[in-house]
Amino acid sequence: MSVEVIAEGKDKRVRSNFLKKIPQVYYFLVIVLAGGLILDQFFASGNILSNPTILRNILVRSVALGIVAVGQTFVMIGASIDLSVAYTISLTSVMASLIMQGDPARVPMALGIVLLVGVAVGFINGLLVTKLNVNAFIATLGTGLIIKGVLNGMFSSGSMGSVPKGFQTLGYGSIGPVPYSIILLLAVVLIGWFILSWTKFGSHLYGVGGDILIGRLSGLRTSRVLIIAHIISSLTAVLAGLFIVSRLGAGAPWVGPDGVYDLESVATTVIGGTALSGGRGGVFGTIAGVMIFGVIDTVFNQLGVDTYLKMVIRGAIIILAVASYSVRSKREAA
Amino acid sequence: MTTSVNNPAADKGATFFEIVWEWIRKIPPVYPIFIAVAFGVSQLNPNFATANGLMAFVRRAAPLIILAMGQLFVLASGGFDLSQGSVVTLTIIGSSLIIYNNEEYTYVAIAIMIGLGIVIGLVNGFVVAYLKVPSLIATLGMLLLVKGGGLYWTGGAPKGYLSEAYRFIGRGFFENVPVIGRFPASGIVLLVVGAILVILFHKTNLGKQILAIGDNAQAAKLSGVKVKQIRMIAFMISSVCAIIGGILLGGYGGTSYTAGGDMEMQSVSAAVIGGVLLLGGKGSVYDVAFGALTLEAMVSLLNLLGLPKPYRDAVQGLIIIAAVAYAGLRMKKRD
Repeated sequence: MSVEVIAEGKDKRVRSNFLKKIPQVYYFLVIVLAGGLILDQFFASGNILSNPTILRNILVRSVALGIVAVGQTFVMIGASIDLSVAYTISLTSVMASLIMQGDPARVPMALGIVLLVGVAVGFINGLLVTKLNVNAFIATLGTGLIIKGVLNGMFSSGSMGSVPKGFQTLGYGSIGPVPYSIILLLAVVLIGWFILSWTKFGSHLYGVGGDILIGRLSGLRTSRVLIIAHIISSLTAVLAGLFIVSRLGAGAPWVGPDGVYDLESVATTVIGGTALSGGRGGVFGTIAGVMIFGVIDTVFNQLGVDTYLKMVIRGAIIILAVASYSVRSKREAA
Repeated sequence: MTTSVNNPAADKGATFFEIVWEWIRKIPPVYPIFIAVAFGVSQLNPNFATANGLMAFVRRAAPLIILAMGQLFVLASGGFDLSQGSVVTLTIIGSSLIIYNNEEYTYVAIAIMIGLGIVIGLVNGFVVAYLKVPSLIATLGMLLLVKGGGLYWTGGAPKGYLSEAYRFIGRGFFENVPVIGRFPASGIVLLVVGAILVILFHKTNLGKQILAIGDNAQAAKLSGVKVKQIRMIAFMISSVCAIIGGILLGGYGGTSYTAGGDMEMQSVSAAVIGGVLLLGGKGSVYDVAFGALTLEAMVSLLNLLGLPKPYRDAVQGLIIIAAVAYAGLRMKKRD
């Protein structure tokens, strides 16, 4: 009998451990999805469930934000932040279409250059944060402003060039029923998860974010870790920019700030359970945060909710989602 | 005892020059920077250095100064208030909707707006202090709530007009003032708000408690500071300042629903140029006011140098990075 009790206890522990491994945000995602479906059934056409295209669009809509948010997760785990991503996206979109000029032969060159620019932006952000000790909020706000100024100064008018038809398949093409864009997002998420969970760099990043002093004292090259995290974040912004330009056909300086990718990627990352103070979190939580935004957008479109009301509800959901688990924390927030 | 430790020059019979040098070293860098920039502006635009030019400059800078001084209260407590810009927009479009060119509604509109500011600030503070949502996220959510709410209220486009009396606050001048000739109405608002904030921050316990929270919230709590209430007050001050700044900006620039723009980023930048330490624990109302003046003067300077508007963003970006990097290096040296 006692054996039975022990076995039962063990079983319970195993199950609760498994449940604990699911980021809390998934419960919220389920609630939002269920609430959305019910609203859709009663107040709209009820198309969301019956029409697989709409379900797929929830994902496609989330691709750009999702990719950036994965990068944002990296820097935020390192207790940093990247507010320059919106303008990095714009820069990528403009540069890619200007270099490609609709010519498929120039695609590899364009890809090479924008990726290098991404590395450079991330490297500068990282240097400012680690070597010059500039608060990450200000450092990346500043580099964002610099990119914004240069972009608007040089490309406010005139032709932006275009991307070749072949490149647009990244945005619109699909393998069977699965769009390339979703494969891209999945690949980014899986690579992000792999780096964070299975590489030395990943565990170093958690260490640096948890307590940079302890990290340094235990022999981590904290600066190098943070610089790499910033480079990863900028590179995801470049990828998102490439995806956006492939859908639009031509770049434009407003695509990044118009999508509010800077603050929204921070919001989705925090909703996904990554602490702003660093050291905790992961990409799976972030991606659930992104999907919550996607579901809300889709449901509101179905219901025909006013654009501005959408903004209000989105704001409320950001606060409520984070509050729903921060409220139990014993630590003071600032 | 402690003073002699902090000031070794005093008890070793230091020379006059050492005492003066010690005193100069303590001047926050924002003042020499401001003087340098203002000197540059006055070289390019001789009108700037006249009483008239300075008063026009004060009128233009007043909204940002008030916003930045309010932002200081939140920054010093270790938080951010990203909702300021959208509160400015709400003030402008809300006031013009309420007033709709009825002179007699002017003060009603102002009263309603300040009431709204108190509510917004208290909600921000409540979400941060009691729901423990980091202020970056809490005020980002509030940004969307206020912006969306304001635009929904007015149907997406500015409606109505601001009355003359309302616009006077932000753009009017009192003529025939002795010595200086004319004095902007917004200058008086600035002086009154500034005086209140200086008293609150430097002369009362509130300022010390805010700094203590920003330095170490846990320690402040253990030594008896009512952390939650103080945080709510800090956010309330920031929002009310944003409302007052919005009233001035609406008067100065008229009805527009992009006026608030990225004012929150500008006020954070101004505070940072004024030597405020992000994540809390250090700051001064005077320095922040001069930080905002410096930012505005820099914009004038870049304007006069004929730099197109987009590049001004880039230069502003460089400046705030440089300001924070400089402060960081200075602190490192002192350690």
